[in-house]
Amino acid sequence: MGKKILLEHINVPGINTLEVYRQNGGYASVEKALKTMAPEVIVEEVKKSGLRGRGGAGFPTGMKWSFLAKPEGVERYLVVNADESEPGTFKDRYLMEKIPHILLEGMITSSFALGAKTSCIYIRGEYFYVARILETAIEEAYAAGLLGKNILGTNFSHDIFVQVGAGAYICGEETALLESLEGKRGNPRIKPPFPAVAGLYGCPTVVNNVETIASVPYIVMNGGDDYAKIGIGRSTGTKLISASGHINKPGVYEIEMGITVEDFIYSEEYCGGILNGRKLKAVVAGGSSVPILPADLILKTEKGEPRLMSYESLSDGGFATGTMLGSGGFMVYDETTSIVKNLYTFARFYHHESCGQCSPCREGTGWMEKILHRIVEGHGKHGDTDLLFDIQRKIEGNTICPLGDAAAWPVASAIRHFRAEFEEYINHPERIKNVKHLQELVS
Amino acid sequence: MAKVTIDGQSIEVPDGTTILQAARMIGGDNVPPAMCYHSKLKTSGGYCRTCIVKVSKGSDKDPRPMPKLVPSCRTTVMDGMEVQNNTSPEVLEARRGVVEFLLINHPLDCPICDQAGECHLQDLGYENGAAKTRYDFPRRKFNMIDIGPYIKMHMTRCIMCFRCVKVADQITDNRVHGMINRGDASEISTYIEKAITNDFSGNMIDVCPVGALTDKTFRFKSRVWFTKPMDAHRDCKKCSGKVALWEKGNEVLRVTSRKDKWGESEEWICNECRFEKKNIKDWVIEGPRHIDRHSVISLNHYENVVAKLKIDIAKQQKQLVDKK
Repeated sequence: MGKKILLEHINVPGINTLEVYRQNGGYASVEKALKTMAPEVIVEEVKKSGLRGRGGAGFPTGMKWSFLAKPEGVERYLVVNADESEPGTFKDRYLMEKIPHILLEGMITSSFALGAKTSCIYIRGEYFYVARILETAIEEAYAAGLLGKNILGTNFSHDIFVQVGAGAYICGEETALLESLEGKRGNPRIKPPFPAVAGLYGCPTVVNNVETIASVPYIVMNGGDDYAKIGIGRSTGTKLISASGHINKPGVYEIEMGITVEDFIYSEEYCGGILNGRKLKAVVAGGSSVPILPADLILKTEKGEPRLMSYESLSDGGFATGTMLGSGGFMVYDETTSIVKNLYTFARFYHHESCGQCSPCREGTGWMEKILHRIVEGHGKHGDTDLLFDIQRKIEGNTICPLGDAAAWPVASAIRHFRAEFEEYINHPERIKNVKHLQELVS
Repeated sequence: MAKVTIDGQSIEVPDGTTILQAARMIGGDNVPPAMCYHSKLKTSGGYCRTCIVKVSKGSDKDPRPMPKLVPSCRTTVMDGMEVQNNTSPEVLEARRGVVEFLLINHPLDCPICDQAGECHLQDLGYENGAAKTRYDFPRRKFNMIDIGPYIKMHMTRCIMCFRCVKVADQITDNRVHGMINRGDASEISTYIEKAITNDFSGNMIDVCPVGALTDKTFRFKSRVWFTKPMDAHRDCKKCSGKVALWEKGNEVLRVTSRKDKWGESEEWICNECRFEKKNIKDWVIEGPRHIDRHSVISLNHYENVVAKLKIDIAKQQKQLVDKK
């Protein structure tokens, strides 16, 4: 069994209540931080821990915190990004639904470290019931004196608000999230200025993912060095992986970073192998926007080393032969899957979710969807594959926010690794209703 | 002061200047094209991505190049920065991509569009566009909307530059329109087709780089290159009263604000000057307005040719009669 930090007490009955949570050592970090530690020390510990943002980009959290501007007399905010909209990712929902208090504990401790009097949870509209669970937990915390004025008799006061979004994918982008939180249309802002300087209502703001903040209590209790010992290299700690697709045991798993991908897919402790004993075809390792990898490249890197579940190992080889850990939405496809149809689904999603602010993404995502629709329906034209690749190349890197990249990468990687399948769709539309040819293609 | 080098040409500019402004100070052919940036509007720019450039050296202190292409209208210069615009094939290719994206859903109805001749998208397409489109799907269409008594909005032509939204935001008393829907279905609209009635709403027509917002008092009256632009002014209580008149004979067909060489309004004018003073006696004429010689508007000779032809015909008829 790998080490568990976030899901250690997941099976304790009633862990969603404050009482049971405290019996299992909950809120100890609040007590320790507020009574014995200085805010700078906590930031230093988080830096030492090597904790990286769990929302997808993997930016070191301690560094992000130390960038926070601290002008006199200006409020600072902590905003927790619970707008988990990446297709294939559902780890934050699981965590907030089962153990809401671990998030609140992390928020209080982190806010103390950052000097924020107010913090916000921005949760996506589809998670309405989770927002209720969080609100109940917040009420419990207020009643126990863990929130509100003079927490645990110290000088530190803190309030937490839950804000439900309206279900737009783009609001998971931090600046769009802040716009939405301010009550405006959720369009990404043009950076700079970064939120650390001018964020919510123009005040310095830190935006962190749910899982990142939930990891803070452990770091405060055990020290950054202890956390850094878990994991491998610069990928420290544990990571929640949302495993889905053609596997025997889909679900949320907490892994210690550094286990092999092969182990993760085939071991009984985690995914338990491919459904119905079929062969593995491809894996999307970190949510729909990261590049898809065929079976041989996901299990072994180009150099022939086994690929590990870590930021570095998954991105080994760049985008030519690698991918990204992203938000940990691990989607497994068996040999019967049509990569083209899968890509069409993704393209439809990104077209629907593009905010329409900047031209490449607004026009390009729609164009890609239309071409893919044509291919999937058997009306593809010669040259469509090259056209698709060219469109994605002109979107990538030329947009305001990373949604443009997110829409471009899956298209690029699918064509890079499965071009033959696209050509098959275009050249032999009569065969596309029959999946058998795909198995022939693989063999 | 910061020294910045754009395509090998250096200039010293005050801190806080953007790359685009610095490029315009240098002038010449190396100025990146801009569709959504407007020098008189705060926070404009950054949306259309046509002005993207490559920063090959960040600054003297931090010489690392910037990882992505950056919008020059929103990126401020640093001391020692080196920028590549026309000298970078990467930039030119990305810009061609952006122009293609802007054009795939544009109706290309230039022959019946009032903006033709002074349209930024035409210029951009001419310089950076491809000869043939690769887009073979039906183009996006919207219905035309009247916003107020003077302005027609043709959303199909819009490229989403947000300039008109910023005008309404920044120079008029309250914001009444913005963007609705999202992605490629998004459109500029007043909230449930309300009219925009404030005194400076006409400036939205001037800032529109394409023919999405047109002057209803001028629609289909004349092609712009058949009209003569004249600088004129009048005493106006609301605005500076300095305008450009577009005349045909002695008739004033259109009144607009004076635009600088980048096609951006120099001063805002009020609706009274723009829409109601269409008599030449209302104005003090200062003289012909300078138009860039490359512009189609300066090819203002058609009427003379036509007039001469008429006379010629009469002569010929007379000659024919004489012969008989």
